[in-house]
Amino acid sequence: MSDGKSILVDTSRCTGCRGCQVACKQWNDLPGTRTKQAGTYQNPPDFSCDTYKIVRFAEGKKEGSREPYWYFFADMCRHCMNPPCMSASDKDEIVQDEATGAIVYTKETKNIDFETARSSCPYDVPRQNPDSKVLSKCTMCIDRMRSGLKPACVLSCPTAMEFGEREAILKLAEERVAELKKIWPKAKAIDADEVRVIFIVTDDPKKYHTHAQA
Amino acid sequence: MTNHWIDLQHSDVILIQGSNAAENHPISFKWVMRAKEKGGKVIHVDPRFTRTSAKADVYAPIRSGTDIAFVGGMIKYIIENKKYFEEYLLNYTNAPFIVGEKFSFKDGLFSGYDPGNRKYDKSSWALEKDENGIPKRDDTLKHPRCVLNMLYQHYKRYDLDKVSAITGTPKEKLLEVYELFASTGVKDRAGTVMYALGQTQSTIGVQKIRSLCIMQLLLGNIGICGGGVNALRGEPNVQGSTDHAILYHYLPGYMPVPRAGKQTVEEYIKAATPASKDPRSANWYANTPKYVVSLLKSWFGDVATPENGFGYSWLPKCDDGQNCDVLHMIDDMYAGKIKGYFCIGQNPCGSLPNSNKVRAAMTKLDWMVHVNIFDNESASFWKGPGLDPKKVKTECFLLPATANLEKDGSQATSGRWMQWLHRAVDNPGDCLSTGAIVTRLMHKIQEMYKKEGGAMPDGLLNMRMDYLTPDGKEFDALKVARRINGEFERDVKIGDKEYKKGQPVPGFGLLQADGSTSCGNWLCSGSFSLDGKNLMDRRGKEDPTGLGLYPNWSYCWPMNRRIVYNRASVDLQGRPYNPKRALLQWRDGKWVGDVADGPWPPMGMEGGKLPFIMKPDGVASLFGPGLGDGPFPEHYEPLESPLKRNLMSKQHNSPIITIFKSDKDKVASADPRYPLVLTTYSATEHWCSGAITRWQSWLTEAMPQVYVEISEELAKERGFKNGEWVTVESARGRIDAVAMVTPRLRPLTVDGKATHLVGMTYNYGWLHPKDSGDTCNLLTTFVGDGNAGTPEYKACMVNINRKA
Ligand code: SF4
Ligand code: SF4
Ligand code: SF4
Repeated sequence: MSDGKSILVDTSRCTGCRGCQVACKQWNDLPGTRTKQAGTYQNPPDFSCDTYKIVRFAEGKKEGSREPYWYFFADMCRHCMNPPCMSASDKDEIVQDEATGAIVYTKETKNIDFETARSSCPYDVPRQNPDSKVLSKCTMCIDRMRSGLKPACVLSCPTAMEFGEREAILKLAEERVAELKKIWPKAKAIDADEVRVIFIVTDDPKKYHTHAQA
Repeated sequence: MTNHWIDLQHSDVILIQGSNAAENHPISFKWVMRAKEKGGKVIHVDPRFTRTSAKADVYAPIRSGTDIAFVGGMIKYIIENKKYFEEYLLNYTNAPFIVGEKFSFKDGLFSGYDPGNRKYDKSSWALEKDENGIPKRDDTLKHPRCVLNMLYQHYKRYDLDKVSAITGTPKEKLLEVYELFASTGVKDRAGTVMYALGQTQSTIGVQKIRSLCIMQLLLGNIGICGGGVNALRGEPNVQGSTDHAILYHYLPGYMPVPRAGKQTVEEYIKAATPASKDPRSANWYANTPKYVVSLLKSWFGDVATPENGFGYSWLPKCDDGQNCDVLHMIDDMYAGKIKGYFCIGQNPCGSLPNSNKVRAAMTKLDWMVHVNIFDNESASFWKGPGLDPKKVKTECFLLPATANLEKDGSQATSGRWMQWLHRAVDNPGDCLSTGAIVTRLMHKIQEMYKKEGGAMPDGLLNMRMDYLTPDGKEFDALKVARRINGEFERDVKIGDKEYKKGQPVPGFGLLQADGSTSCGNWLCSGSFSLDGKNLMDRRGKEDPTGLGLYPNWSYCWPMNRRIVYNRASVDLQGRPYNPKRALLQWRDGKWVGDVADGPWPPMGMEGGKLPFIMKPDGVASLFGPGLGDGPFPEHYEPLESPLKRNLMSKQHNSPIITIFKSDKDKVASADPRYPLVLTTYSATEHWCSGAITRWQSWLTEAMPQVYVEISEELAKERGFKNGEWVTVESARGRIDAVAMVTPRLRPLTVDGKATHLVGMTYNYGWLHPKDSGDTCNLLTTFVGDGNAGTPEYKACMVNINRKA
């Protein structure tokens, strides 16, 4: 068996265009929710049962300088190799797809404990539909992958995301990090051995998002 | 663009100035990031730290509207430090030419200024010619009045202290940018400029771009792979719409609009056709008569004959000196001089400056026909804020139009690639394409003219309007495209080749001035092959140069040339200056690579021609007398500025701009009531006034409501909290917005004083969603560029208070 699929999100290349955020809604038929401008580009403010992918915007000043930084983190489920969230699943409410490795929440997740699932996820990904109680999150576009298509977010991305066989993506990540380290010594591929959706950052992951790293 | 999108990857240094490319042209960053991966550096010069700055290697803040000062300092730096590409300058620009003695520049004004008419007499802006009428030159570049030295005289005033005091950019940042970009003035490095509305939307916009051109010419960066001055056009077909003369002052293919002073086609042609005495100059525009006659033939067909001047006299004409740009149009509308208005695919009540004036102007109309895919704040202006529909006399019609995916047609990219697109879905309901609406309307008007008669009937009745599909309902875009390309109007023999009536003209080189060819736009001639193939429809992925030119993908005007002025990329013997990115080379008696700018051999060989074939002198103009406000760009302040005086000269604003005088045109410059500089823009998530995107819930979810970006320093000074509602006010209007407090903006030190900058988008409108807010254009000034009329959206003065 192959090692399944992987997605690389290279934040050093991400322009925060939110093409991925919108493409995810389009493919998964998710509604645009009513939001308010709260003094940030980030909207919707967080994941929800209607939002599997959001671009998180983090800004601040570089250490000891007036120079600003602005980081974009196109957040989504990491499709962990050994997903902690599965501990909330007794039967097959949460399944791991054999061919791709995608972690898929079925409709039956309505029967499992949401808080257990959410709190077990190191990246704070799972959400619940308040009406149906079904848990939801990114599907890795398993329906597209099964038809030989790239995930919708990857397809829409002009600069930052790659999709492919896990070995190839791991290699790509390694090479890119080596290259980035020349300028940004803190560059790394976050939890690359544990997850299928690998984020490359050039600074402390916490500066991007509280749950960027496990 | 002189170059094209894919070519950006070849740049060693990319200067993004006056553009937020990552947000407003996201796909461009695919190529910018590739350039970075190959070791290229990206510089972003902008009032705000944006998503573009976040990806740049160097970010330099700048006060809105002061780019000429910024680039002027760069020009000084390049000349003083001899960073220019001398061989290129000597051979391919007018650097060694001698400027006439009558030309002068004093106190911010060039010679020939007439303050009464706010216009220049440009006769003194001339080059000295020898007895044969060829420009005199000094190849030692020692002559005090040679163009290079005159250029230096002009820009040595732009020293670091002064530039920094005007722009607010710290001196060390200026130097960092100058050094990095000037490093491309060598053979084997390329620097490119990406600009957009941050340059154009200014009273000195055209001159800002010219200053960038001068900089690029000094560095030898025009005509080369990875170089150029690249305008990022605002939507896929802005390039196409300008090529086809959507603006009032020219005809398709950038030929001047007919004016009352030119009553015959001969007079028009004479004035529009430049002459050159230099045998080495191709002076391409000497072909203007062929383009003019062929254009008239495309409009009038068989009725256009040599005897009736090919119908030229039937064309409507502007008065001499008349300005009909969009601001003059609205001003006339507000004054009650315009009765009826066709508004097609636009939302002027959100997108034009000083929206209160625009909205009031609409109430003066008897009727307005609006053509659009959705309702917007202009189509429904009569029920807008502060208006009582019962009291608005304007009768309004809204015609539903098809969107671009619902019709066939071509779209020209910023890189001049004309791509044929096929309709993807059917028109919903009874929507029609704009082409069908206009054509069917014209048929009706022609019918009424035939029946009832009317003023000046000839032009209307003789116009070929056979553009509908056989069922008479829709618009036959392919037929129009063929006519734009040009057709032989009769059987002709040109040289030893025969062409049949009705065949497409396979390139503008074959157009004729005797009426035997028609052509709706000479630039596009060649987009069909002789056997009728639509070359815009090509999707070949071959890349013979390896430089990403993709010559078999779509059609690129002119003549499928992917990088214009490409003969400037080779030396006098036709050898590429940069063999690693050989765009063109002369091999075995012919050009290999991109489609060369003309078939002639390299300059150093017999019969060689100069590379800038569109210029009468065959070389690029560092000294360029074509524009209305001077042969060298000069810094003037925006109409509303924080400064009482222009630090460069006594001339505060551009001397040639129209100052509108209606009661709605209040201006408050250097006024303590409005101490903050406002710059305006669009975000990634919306398109222009948001008239299309605000109906899309995924987009309004991402960017739901109007906001004003302000620095942490200003917020602290005024006690504003992030996310709270504030009121932004100018001398013309006010608007509520959410305060977005961010470290991405910062106060700049301008003329020794801390100056705050704030920013807003024009993406919102009162119509939908109801809580989204309104347009920032309620605040902006109603004034345009002296040459092009583009409104000065990028800089005006405001104040902000906590929302009452
Ligand atoms: S990221 Fe969270 S939700 Fe996704 S697989 Fe891992 S544990 Fe489960
Ligand atoms: S993989 Fe599919 S479901 Fe997951 S974030 Fe991307 S588009 Fe959304
Ligand atoms: S589409 Fe790509 S570049 Fe755009 S926000 Fe998403 S990850 Fe970033």
